[in-house]
Amino acid sequence: MSILVDRNSRVLVQGITGREGSFHTLRCIEYGTNVVAGVTPGRGGQKFGETDINVYDTVAEAVRDTGANVSLIFVPAPLAADAILESAAAGVALVVPIAEGIPPRDMVPVARTLEGSSTRMLGPNCPGLISPGERCKVGIMPGAIHTPGRVGVVSRSGTLTYEAVGQLSALGIGQSSCVGIGGDPVSGTTFVDVLRLFNEDPETDAVVLIGEIGGTKEQEAAEYIKAEMTKPVASLIVGQSAPPGKRMGHAGAIITGSGARAENKVAALRDAGAAIIPSPADIGTTIQGVLGG
Amino acid sequence: MKIHEYQAKELMAKYGIPVPRGGMAASPDEARTVAEELGGSVVVKAQVHAGGRGKAGGVKVVDNPDDAAEFTGSILGKQLVTFQTGPEGVPVNSVLVEETMDIAQELYVAIVLDPSERRPVVIASAAGGMEIEEVAEATPEKIIRAVVDPTVGLQPFQGRSLAYGIGVPAELVRPAADLIVKLYRLMVDLDCSQVEINPLVVTGDGRVLPVDAKLNLDDDAMFRHKDLTELRDASQEDPLESRAHDIGVIYVRLDGDVGCLVNGAGLAMATMDIVTAVGASPANFLDVGGGADEERIRAAVGILLSDPNVKRVLVNIFGGILRNDVLARGLVGAYEDTGSKAPIIARMLGTNVEEGRQILLDSGLDVTVVETLKDTAEALRAA
Repeated sequence: MSILVDRNSRVLVQGITGREGSFHTLRCIEYGTNVVAGVTPGRGGQKFGETDINVYDTVAEAVRDTGANVSLIFVPAPLAADAILESAAAGVALVVPIAEGIPPRDMVPVARTLEGSSTRMLGPNCPGLISPGERCKVGIMPGAIHTPGRVGVVSRSGTLTYEAVGQLSALGIGQSSCVGIGGDPVSGTTFVDVLRLFNEDPETDAVVLIGEIGGTKEQEAAEYIKAEMTKPVASLIVGQSAPPGKRMGHAGAIITGSGARAENKVAALRDAGAAIIPSPADIGTTIQGVLGG
Repeated sequence: MKIHEYQAKELMAKYGIPVPRGGMAASPDEARTVAEELGGSVVVKAQVHAGGRGKAGGVKVVDNPDDAAEFTGSILGKQLVTFQTGPEGVPVNSVLVEETMDIAQELYVAIVLDPSERRPVVIASAAGGMEIEEVAEATPEKIIRAVVDPTVGLQPFQGRSLAYGIGVPAELVRPAADLIVKLYRLMVDLDCSQVEINPLVVTGDGRVLPVDAKLNLDDDAMFRHKDLTELRDASQEDPLESRAHDIGVIYVRLDGDVGCLVNGAGLAMATMDIVTAVGASPANFLDVGGGADEERIRAAVGILLSDPNVKRVLVNIFGGILRNDVLARGLVGAYEDTGSKAPIIARMLGTNVEEGRQILLDSGLDVTVVETLKDTAEALRAA
């Protein structure tokens, strides 16, 4: 089993005819994802590349024709908020905007609109998510490094998630689902949301949580772990060597107060009973120890 | 993007926020002219992108136009070193000359984005003139907050309750609330990532206005504010970071000697942590991103190699769209451009990794190829 997406997910791709959209759609299809539709305004009626996937002008039409329930969004940052809201208006259950650099002024009203709606947003500025045992990849991660299994991975990063997965797979530890929640300050799904889903997933035994400096999302995760999590969590916080006040690439990765510092996050997670991964080189071995013990 | 205090106040004035009388001056003569127009004593403030100017000697109250000119002449063209700058400081190329005021109260108002609320939050405090972080540590009860619902924006009642909450005199609550509401409008309209007025003062003659003002513009939103891009002052930026900005690469200069070339912000931070853990020190944060081509890699590595502190280079690439052969060619090209001999520890994974490694091994450069992060740490330790 898995969380959020599985072999029955019906995926539509917004921005499917763009350079990145078409490249990654093909990788998703190769992996086994059930891509049912594409949307690019003005390209309705075409087929996507050599496939028999229909391209629609609007998300509403695509959903009506195909029953799509997940939208992978490759629309560029300046236009992404509109694309997210279009999917939400069409009732898509899960939207996954990949773009980096969506202005917070656009994301604040999007997040407000999605509150209380039936649409969950993962991201933005995220690699997406993958459920290896279900052969379902909704994102830009390299599929080949993943192996089916029973460890959940949740992270604010892209390439560092691949690093974590690479270390797990090298040790023969497979993954139930790997979820990138994204590096922006204003985002949809939180660590707590994903931890809760893994906690309830009968086929996830343990979770790797990869956080970073900035904000207090890791402290909120620690509170949840302490109060409700019944499965072991191993956690890595990166950015320990970053100076305050400088933005480390991710818009959310900036130390603006004591809570945003790495050591406070590590302390909160340790206090909550999470196993602390001492170095980015030890992700695999730490979870191995957690599973063995 | 950071802008100067005088620019922030000009933008505030456009939004109907009352600001002190004054003007920017880029020479002693200009400072004298502004001081003459203002009359009486004036305050001269160095315009730099850093806090802590007062303690660093960048702010002075003077009695007459001649003294304003003299003080301006003494700081223009100099480097100002504050607790927020490096030891080399930042250059003073202009000053702001303003009226002095009879200050009755010093308050604090800022608007920031709260990631947990996913909304803008107004933060206000009766303890103005201090660093808000210190107030938050020592006397958190002095800080009050108002969360803004973005669908309706900051409401006047919220402005009033903030003003009452920080002790604005009753007869000035209305203009104070008005100022806070206008500040929110400015923040939204101009895509500010942060606005801060510290201190916001209540004067003896019954005015409420900002004595200092900080306003940061969101880099990601500059595409719709072409008119604001001219407010950038590259002289205030680190020259390497400035060059990186111009080629669309994220580069943060640090003070170590290990140059880091990584794709992805999270992996870049993890790489810096690995460097630090073995007792070495990173020279930079550099995320070349997933879509970089050979030219951009070459330019980015060129920037990295032009840092005289860099003694060796650590490459950590998880190639997806970014192919390792493209990366390796850009890297070798930058070494050719700069003539650098700095040894390379290269960890490359993903697309076209064999070709990438071969290009590095054939380059004649001092290259150590490693497989895992653990090997990377050991190679760093050995060197």
